[in-house]
Amino acid sequence: MSLQLLWLVPILPLLGALLNGLGAGRLPRKVVSAIGVGSVGAALVIALGCFATLLGMPGEERFFAQTLFSWIDSGDLSVAVRLGLDPLSAVMMLVVTGVGFLIHVYSTGYMNHEKDYGRYFSYLNLFTFCMLMLVLADNFLVMFFGWEGVGLCSYLLIGFWYTKPSAAEAGKKAFIVNRIGDWGFLIGIFLLFVTFGSLDFGRVFTEAPSILPLGGGMATAIALFLFVGATGKSAQIPLYTWLPDAMEGPTPVSALIHAATMVTAGVYMIARCHVLYALAPTALLVVAVVGAATAVYAATIGLVQKDIKRVLAYSTVSQLGYMFLAMGVSAFAAGIFHLMTHAFFKALLFLGAGSVIHALSGEQDMDRMGGLKKHLPRTHATMLIATLAIAGIFPFAGFFSKDEILWKAFSNGGPILWAAGVIGAFLTAFYMFRLYFMTFHGSERLTPEAKGHLHESPNSMTIPLMLLAVLSLIGGLIQVPLLQGGQRLDAFLEPVFADLARVGGAAAHGAAAAAGHGAAHAAHDPGQEIALMLVSLAIALAGIYVAHRFYVKDPQAPHRLAARARGWYDLLWNKYWVDEIYDARIVQPIVRLSNRLWKDVDAAVVDGAVNGIGRKIEQGAGWLRLAQTGYVQLYALILTVGLVVVFGYLALR
Amino acid sequence: MSTIAVPLAAYQILAGALFTIGVVGVLVRRSALIVFMSIELMLNAVNLSFVAFSRQHGSMDGHIFVFFVMAVAAAEVAIGLAILIAIFRKRETANVDDVHLLKG
Repeated sequence: MSLQLLWLVPILPLLGALLNGLGAGRLPRKVVSAIGVGSVGAALVIALGCFATLLGMPGEERFFAQTLFSWIDSGDLSVAVRLGLDPLSAVMMLVVTGVGFLIHVYSTGYMNHEKDYGRYFSYLNLFTFCMLMLVLADNFLVMFFGWEGVGLCSYLLIGFWYTKPSAAEAGKKAFIVNRIGDWGFLIGIFLLFVTFGSLDFGRVFTEAPSILPLGGGMATAIALFLFVGATGKSAQIPLYTWLPDAMEGPTPVSALIHAATMVTAGVYMIARCHVLYALAPTALLVVAVVGAATAVYAATIGLVQKDIKRVLAYSTVSQLGYMFLAMGVSAFAAGIFHLMTHAFFKALLFLGAGSVIHALSGEQDMDRMGGLKKHLPRTHATMLIATLAIAGIFPFAGFFSKDEILWKAFSNGGPILWAAGVIGAFLTAFYMFRLYFMTFHGSERLTPEAKGHLHESPNSMTIPLMLLAVLSLIGGLIQVPLLQGGQRLDAFLEPVFADLARVGGAAAHGAAAAAGHGAAHAAHDPGQEIALMLVSLAIALAGIYVAHRFYVKDPQAPHRLAARARGWYDLLWNKYWVDEIYDARIVQPIVRLSNRLWKDVDAAVVDGAVNGIGRKIEQGAGWLRLAQTGYVQLYALILTVGLVVVFGYLALR
Repeated sequence: MSTIAVPLAAYQILAGALFTIGVVGVLVRRSALIVFMSIELMLNAVNLSFVAFSRQHGSMDGHIFVFFVMAVAAAEVAIGLAILIAIFRKRETANVDDVHLLKG
């Protein structure tokens, strides 16, 4: 397929969004589904075609750019809406359209009872458009457009049930917290423009090694500001608080936006800017530490949550932490690999959870689930695969991607980062199997209402589950460690990350490691890698074993433990009180300051000045009107005196 | 042609005196009719000045101006007197001080 069709990939979902948005409430449901699913499906077909064409080209030439139109042309700033396809954006494009398509199909079943069906699909398509613009952008401004667009769609979809106050609040929270991150991203873009005079990826990344000194202040500042943007969008410490609340949205939305695609935008952005990060080792270290810390931190909160979607939300935060850990140790390809496999199994987990919630007519509390294995056989089987995948059990997808990150963290980052990753892996295996056991095993603790409603989900929901299960099962095989020629994803992404070699010094090591080639290959110790692999596998199995002990063998054990370690349990249950701390330390002071500004500055000074000027003019006019006597002769006298004065002045001067 | 030449200054002094009388009349008299007459006086003072200068310089331009001024003054009087009559009919007065509707 000709790459010239690339522009259709984002435009088709946009068209779908427009049709469904303008026709919302008027189009019949069948038509809405056809437009919504069809537009993303067609985009997926074209994306696959473009990908196939790209594969058919020689490795170094796998780059294609398409200028749609000139957007801003003012002074030194010249920005075109330009799409760029290279191996990195191709992987992202396939994940977005592929997982997005399955979730659209699933939504036709899940949202079937929904009144605002057209509005829902319109938002979903708009999101797909923005996300595709983000990943296909060829300069920072178009990327920022997509970045803001997905933020907007995230807000719209979290608050989809806007009559529910908690959903409306969650939408606002997500939007505002993201604004803080966007501020950093924007500052980063400004600094880039000041430094390079251009926002085109090609120019910035080509010139960066010669303009910015390695480890220099400017490179570090740019990288850190961009990372602030990434922490907002990808829910990392300290800006992660919006993601768990975002679970107020419909479950397919959580799967698409808050698990598989949008939240990975930060990871993608860092991978895209790998040259800049390679020039700023300090920033890379910050990324790695924040990633590792988030991975462990979010996992600990996930241990005790009762809401099935919230467990998954904290799990997502934690897994994103792994991806940032990978970015931080310059294992860009490994991070993208985990991004991809995570998109498969986390979307599957969310959709599976959605299927459970759907079957129980809206029940989300795992305390009121249990024993669903025999009622929901398909959901159970696919969820089990996803849980094994995220826990990192061989040969599921998560095993390969997580182990690659852990290995790179060990070899590039050192034992501390690795240990954090391993602890996270143990916690992940534990809380994921806790979720699995509490939902599908043990005694049935259903409410009578849910029991009466209990049914396996329709095909439109289970077929996407099965397809995602297949992907979660075999998705890891595109990147098999140790095997000669097994690292197909590395090889595919290599042209993108090859320019790291030009950065020189310490970064070159990362470059080689990222590409999985050359120098790192020589230093590659297969024994060490196998040992690390066995350790993390054992850790994951241990997590599963503990979860089994706690939630199947002896269901009272968790309660006893919680009672014994009351303080710790409360700390985790209340999510370290971070929301409360933010509220007290940041939100309330800002509210108080705003109140002061409103009353003391806006009402007193600004309004006072405006009203004062008005009053003064009124007063002056009162004085002036006395001059208007209405006596014509007085006017004539004034005129005459004036004339005499003027002529006198002219004559005597 | 031998006539006694009246100096230009004499015309100017006369015109200035007439004009000043006119201005004072406009400013101080209360009767609208007298104000009108005073305006005529001012106009004709200017006319006199025009003609005097015209003769001094041997040019016809001043004469043309004068004809225009006379024509306009005639029209002005016609309209002005009509307004005056209208005001008188309405208010029974021709005193300009009684007509100050535009008082602020």
